[in-house]
Amino acid sequence: MADSPAYFDIDLDNGVLKLNAGGDWRARFLKAIDSRLRDFADDSVGRDLIIDMSKVEYLDTAGAMVLQRTFHACEQRSAASKFVGANEAQRSLLEQVEHHLAPCFVAPSRPNAFVAMLDRLGAGVSEAYFVAIAILSFIGEILVAIPRVLTRPARVRWTSTFHHMEEAGVDAMPIVGLMSFLIGAVIAFMGAKILQLFNAEILTVQLVGISVLREFGVLLAAILIAGRSGSAFTAQIGSMKIREEIDALRVLGLDPIEVLVLPRVFALVIMLPVLAFMSSMLGIIGGLIVAWTAMDIPPALFVSQFEEAIAMSNFWVGLIKAPFFAFVIAVIGCFQGMEVEGSAESLGQRTTLSVVQSLFLVILIDAFFAMFFLEIDF
Amino acid sequence: MTPDAEQTGGIIEVRGLKTQFGDFVVHDGLDLTVREGEILGVVGGSGTGKSVLMRAIIGLKRPSAGEVTVFGQNFYEAGGEARLAIERRWGVLFQGGALFSSLTVAQNVMAPIREHLNVEGDLARDIAALKISMVGLAAEAGAKLPSELSGGMRKRAGLARALALDPELVFLDEPTAGLDPIGAARFDDLIVNLKESLGLTVFMVTHDLDTLHAACDRVAVLAEKRVIACGPLDEVRRADHPWIQEYFAGPRGRAALAAKAS
Repeated sequence: MADSPAYFDIDLDNGVLKLNAGGDWRARFLKAIDSRLRDFADDSVGRDLIIDMSKVEYLDTAGAMVLQRTFHACEQRSAASKFVGANEAQRSLLEQVEHHLAPCFVAPSRPNAFVAMLDRLGAGVSEAYFVAIAILSFIGEILVAIPRVLTRPARVRWTSTFHHMEEAGVDAMPIVGLMSFLIGAVIAFMGAKILQLFNAEILTVQLVGISVLREFGVLLAAILIAGRSGSAFTAQIGSMKIREEIDALRVLGLDPIEVLVLPRVFALVIMLPVLAFMSSMLGIIGGLIVAWTAMDIPPALFVSQFEEAIAMSNFWVGLIKAPFFAFVIAVIGCFQGMEVEGSAESLGQRTTLSVVQSLFLVILIDAFFAMFFLEIDF
Repeated sequence: MTPDAEQTGGIIEVRGLKTQFGDFVVHDGLDLTVREGEILGVVGGSGTGKSVLMRAIIGLKRPSAGEVTVFGQNFYEAGGEARLAIERRWGVLFQGGALFSSLTVAQNVMAPIREHLNVEGDLARDIAALKISMVGLAAEAGAKLPSELSGGMRKRAGLARALALDPELVFLDEPTAGLDPIGAARFDDLIVNLKESLGLTVFMVTHDLDTLHAACDRVAVLAEKRVIACGPLDEVRRADHPWIQEYFAGPRGRAALAAKAS
């Protein structure tokens, strides 16, 4: 007999239902008959059922399962209910699946969408509260460790500090420099377009000088470092956490704050001002070149106007923010690394969080600084 | 005792296999046959390429020389459709279970059913429930994410997924590693039980001497880049090779033998 997909028909034999199954009862052919089988089982609850397998050519566990499911849904547990015509192998499969018919849960049950939303909102708020506390306590630990280490310079991890200074600072110079240069040039272009309307192109110098020195130089450096080094800190410390290296440090009597966090904090606090300085200079050079090529303001005029119109305070306002930004980026990066738990998935989430939080805090602090300097008229 | 090169017609045939990573040669001239309906245990020291051998057979590590045929076909020469047909006929349990972490256990088991058999909905759910129950997991485990499971449960769930399509051939990579002895013994029973009821052929990479005694029909020993001995455990144990002697006659080997005898 040629292969045919699973089929069945029903007949009534002396008041006993008889299901004649035939064909290929393997998983891939069951889809076509499954709902009909279910309907049949629903209609025949509590009746005696004989399942005749004599025309079944192939059977796998799935096929045996649907037959058993139907059988158990109908049967009345009297001697009249039985399987007939099954060969040795089929019989053993039927026996094998008989005890495994219980349905299983597929996904955790979900509350309704509104409750779930409230639940997430609440969880988010309480999480924000606890994270704030945890970060503050982490900062506290660092602030306690700093004097402890600085009073005994031998305990500073110099090698590690220099390593991070190179990786987070020196290696970032090309990209930070290029970005600032381009942003300086863009500001000059934008400003020139509008200032031309007032015949005041020369004020482009003030525009570029003040915005780059006060804000953009340091902010660009901080943003790049947050994306580049803050995330790297999280990934490095996080993967150490996953491999239980942090626990190993602790049981060896080493303080992870001293060994891992402080070198990174020191490295960024030292290097971000350097990067911010470089970034400001390149931003101004970008402005200068645009002013020269697009607006015919010669470099000499640009520089003399710059000296005349821009107070030194602008430079300090920018630079003084750098160590604060650096501290925040390093702390968040290390904190999120320490918070990594167990899986690689958590590492990924924490790395993302680290970048988002440090960028958010950098810009928040920048806004506070702006208000502060406005108030004191600096 | 020579590796059974004289035999043909096995469900897996490996002939003259050579695999390498860069210049580092893992296998050189390796021959192995897995017969239909047996449980073959592959043992060997760390770094002898047990898992690499498995990966070469299931098509994840292309050999640099030699031939691997499964179900009489060369997987690496087979085209897309033929490959798919081969892949449907085997199931693989990776060392850590390799469950998809974003899916629940039941969804993991349903994934191949959905993809390969195009079966959805209640029927897929019923088949998944059957497999989950057959590997000895409770119905509640179906709704759990892999991260919420213990190591043993994860392996069982991985086995349930490997069995989803009713494979003829199952590959197990260190199925009992990392399980406590009770869990490991149960897993051995489970494998023997499934093999007998479903007529499976099992290719099992293992370190576990108890598993060799409890479950395996034949044992293949990997050393010196090839299979140095292959046969029933009692024969292999007597082979005159330093590693084999140390492995089977060492304290753990003797303990496993004693456990078997008692």
